[in-house]
Amino acid sequence: MSDRVAIIGIGWSGFRPVTPEYSYKELMYEAARRAYSDAGVDPRRDIESFVTVAEDFHEGTSIFDEYTPDQLGAVLKPMHTITGDGLHGLATAYMLIKTGQFSLVAVEGHSKASNLLTPDGVTAYAQDPVLNRPLRMNTHFVGGMEMNRYLYESGSTQEQCAQVVVKNRSNALENPSAPFGADLSVEDILSGPPLSWPLGVRETAEHADGAIVMVLASEEKAKVLSETPVWILGAGWSNDSPGLENRDWSSANYTKNAAKMAYRQAGIYHPYQTIDFAEVSDIYAYKELQSLEELGFFQFGEAGLVTEEGLTHKDGDFPVNVSGGCLGMGNLLDANGLARALEIVLQLRGTAGPRQLEGINVGLAHSWRGVPTASGAVMIMSN
Amino acid sequence: MSMRKVAVVGAGMTKFVRRALETGKELSWQASSMALQSCEMTMDDVEAVCLGTAPDAFDGVHMNGEYLSDGAGAWRKPYMRSYVGGGTGVFVPIQGWYHVASGLFDVVLVVAEEKMSSYYPHAQGAFLTIFDHTTERALKPNLLWIFALEMNRYMQTYGISKEDIAQVAVKNKRNAADHPSALLGDPNITVEDVLNSEVLAWPVNRLDVSPVSDGAVAIVLAAEHVAKRITDKPVWIEGVGWNLDTAYWTNRDLAYPRYVEYAARMAYDMAGIKEPRKQINIVEPYDPFDYKELHHMEGLLLADRGEAPQMVADGVTQRDGDMPVCPSGGLLGVGNPIAAAGLMKIAELFWQLRGEAGNRQVPGQPTRGLAQAWGDLMQVGTVVIMGR
Amino acid sequence: MSDKISTYPGTSLSEKEIRDGKVLSIQDQMPGKFSWDTGIAIGKYLAGLKDGVIFGSYCATCRRTVVPPRTICEWCFQPMDRYIPLEDTGIVNTFSLCYVTWDVRRIKEPETPAVIEIDGASSLHGIMHKLGEVEPQEIKIGMRVKAVWKSAEMRQGAITDILYFKPHEGSH
Ligand SMILES: [Zn+2]
Repeated sequence: MSDRVAIIGIGWSGFRPVTPEYSYKELMYEAARRAYSDAGVDPRRDIESFVTVAEDFHEGTSIFDEYTPDQLGAVLKPMHTITGDGLHGLATAYMLIKTGQFSLVAVEGHSKASNLLTPDGVTAYAQDPVLNRPLRMNTHFVGGMEMNRYLYESGSTQEQCAQVVVKNRSNALENPSAPFGADLSVEDILSGPPLSWPLGVRETAEHADGAIVMVLASEEKAKVLSETPVWILGAGWSNDSPGLENRDWSSANYTKNAAKMAYRQAGIYHPYQTIDFAEVSDIYAYKELQSLEELGFFQFGEAGLVTEEGLTHKDGDFPVNVSGGCLGMGNLLDANGLARALEIVLQLRGTAGPRQLEGINVGLAHSWRGVPTASGAVMIMSN
Repeated sequence: MSMRKVAVVGAGMTKFVRRALETGKELSWQASSMALQSCEMTMDDVEAVCLGTAPDAFDGVHMNGEYLSDGAGAWRKPYMRSYVGGGTGVFVPIQGWYHVASGLFDVVLVVAEEKMSSYYPHAQGAFLTIFDHTTERALKPNLLWIFALEMNRYMQTYGISKEDIAQVAVKNKRNAADHPSALLGDPNITVEDVLNSEVLAWPVNRLDVSPVSDGAVAIVLAAEHVAKRITDKPVWIEGVGWNLDTAYWTNRDLAYPRYVEYAARMAYDMAGIKEPRKQINIVEPYDPFDYKELHHMEGLLLADRGEAPQMVADGVTQRDGDMPVCPSGGLLGVGNPIAAAGLMKIAELFWQLRGEAGNRQVPGQPTRGLAQAWGDLMQVGTVVIMGR
Repeated sequence: MSDKISTYPGTSLSEKEIRDGKVLSIQDQMPGKFSWDTGIAIGKYLAGLKDGVIFGSYCATCRRTVVPPRTICEWCFQPMDRYIPLEDTGIVNTFSLCYVTWDVRRIKEPETPAVIEIDGASSLHGIMHKLGEVEPQEIKIGMRVKAVWKSAEMRQGAITDILYFKPHEGSH
């Protein structure tokens, strides 16, 4: 067992609706080059293990892990792939370093969503092949059903969900890496077409392409290599039932359990008092409200109210998704959690530019794997 | 820094069959439930779950890991699925190892599942999509190609004959006759049977190849303090190694699996093994095709390059030989539900090292074994060393 | 524990039980369509094939010419930006005679996949393709071969712009 683990290098490329100039390998390489340069390491010489997060059907390639090593500098090194969110990847690197066998590990996640011409057709194949898929419904129906039940039980409103979109897309205007920045009103959002009522098209993050690479280090290595290490205080992840027939529709148990696990490691008993800002999943706008409650920042039914009051605004007491979130930066498929963690690192380093928050020490990143899954992860970091 | 010790304390597996009635979820549950029962534990004792399964294309389910999660016992638990192609079955216990060795968990359930029969008309068709979509797939390659290309190169480089190689299939299918889960055990098979079986992709014949199968295997991993409490026969994970070579498989020497050597060296280092040929008593190398067992014995540094066939010819690798290789019956005999087949090798070492392998028991009270798997585009090696 | 277990779970089915409807099943096909961005290096490779040229790329650090070309040298991790036109001849590194198609249909005349080390690329650097205009039994490792191209107007910038490689006398 080792002591602490830090993120010492970050690099990214893309974050645009399309990236036709690059193959996925070239997109990954650009992000990797930047991350290794940022960390001051040579991957061929220094990095001991590599982790990618990827799903075969997002790539259009079976056992996609085959195509991961070359552009990351990982050839003839211990490398493996996780079918999880980027935060699962970070948690994997965190565990590898904590075994004491590795001191430098790189994590990569990417999206070439623009190359997937039938995203809804592929996502439908994540439904139970016997029980659900034959009903031939677009998988967004799972989001609509969950949102409906969540609003019903929590008393949150569609206006409050729309407020999340207004906030996040406005935040994105300050983020040069976010393609979906816009000044919108609640009315603009609610007047959009429905997707799966009560969920609207404008409350749903659009897909984008991008790649993110991070370098994690043991405490010993981090202190030598980095002047601004961002320490991982805790990591948690959890699954609820994959079946639509027997899951809890209003709450997200997986988020609650993942948070509990991360808080336990970090020794956090009062998340709202201890944590200064958060980046949480907003693939659908309601998901931000639901997640903030499950993470223990607010009571059930409160997140919508505080959002309306501006508490989660970038100038509020508890800024949420200052990066613009998935609504502002795009749905990056398996890399969503890495995008959330990236903002935490930039903010904790004090290098977030015009959207830099003041007086922050602890941030939380959260991610959800999207419909129809009940799988989420949490990571808590400090400077 | 001293490593946190991790033990295998329980194991279970389903039969390996051509087409199972059970769904992937059900197979996963059957193996998991059996593994837990074997060490008198319940799901309440399990703190996290690791799942291994190879491409989603077999099951025809996107995010297959999420779909299988409840079958694997991951309901409301930390859960991750890892994959390195065919190497997955020996990688997933490594994933379980780092879960425990990190100090984050004390008890982890490791499950490997494969349901290949869902793909129609034949599971082999799914392998088209492992090739590069732009530079290779248009040639309509199948998986047999790359095995045949590698086997041919191996034979040519060292002057090895098909007869030499067929002995491996004979040994493993005979060994499998003693395995109650085996699909293709045959106590009477001969070298002639292998050589006379139909040619699929010269130099590969039907009986040089392991069968596509459905099946699942599960093991329970525990930290030292838990392991010692629940069993007086823990089997320790002494070393792990994994290594991934370039995806540009047409740009390297196919006669020797250097990635297997690198993975083995990593595991030997961790286990403090200096002389593997003396210190390893049982070997379960990956044998989806018969020549692969030989190839891997060389990569594992357990045979000199080009010399592995001689070991087989001399009987060294028989169950009662000096270095028993695939006493389980291997993939060639027990079957090849890809990820499950790799984890079957770990379960076999667990049973062998505890002296519980029944008719398959290797004599002489072996103390240390090595399991290895391989996969992707002839590109990845995964190695686990276990000892009591 | 293996020797203490009398029955292992798992129930074997035959195809017939499904065909006869004794075991119910669902058949379906995934609507998965992809359009993979080829990017810089593979874009160059495909454009070359359309022109009847096989391009490799050169790493000045490793002094290595690879094929297919790539923008990253996987050995030294430096960018590669020199594209080198290679010969359309080479040596058979290994081959097979394959009697089943990719979707496991049996065929009488075998397909002949091979790894061909391309002249002009570094040693052991080749591509996968097929062999043609040769009796299967005549194929040997180490044999010299040359690409047979589709006609210029039929080429579309794909690996199939090369029909196959055929035996070829003469040195490079
Ligand atoms: Zn180079």
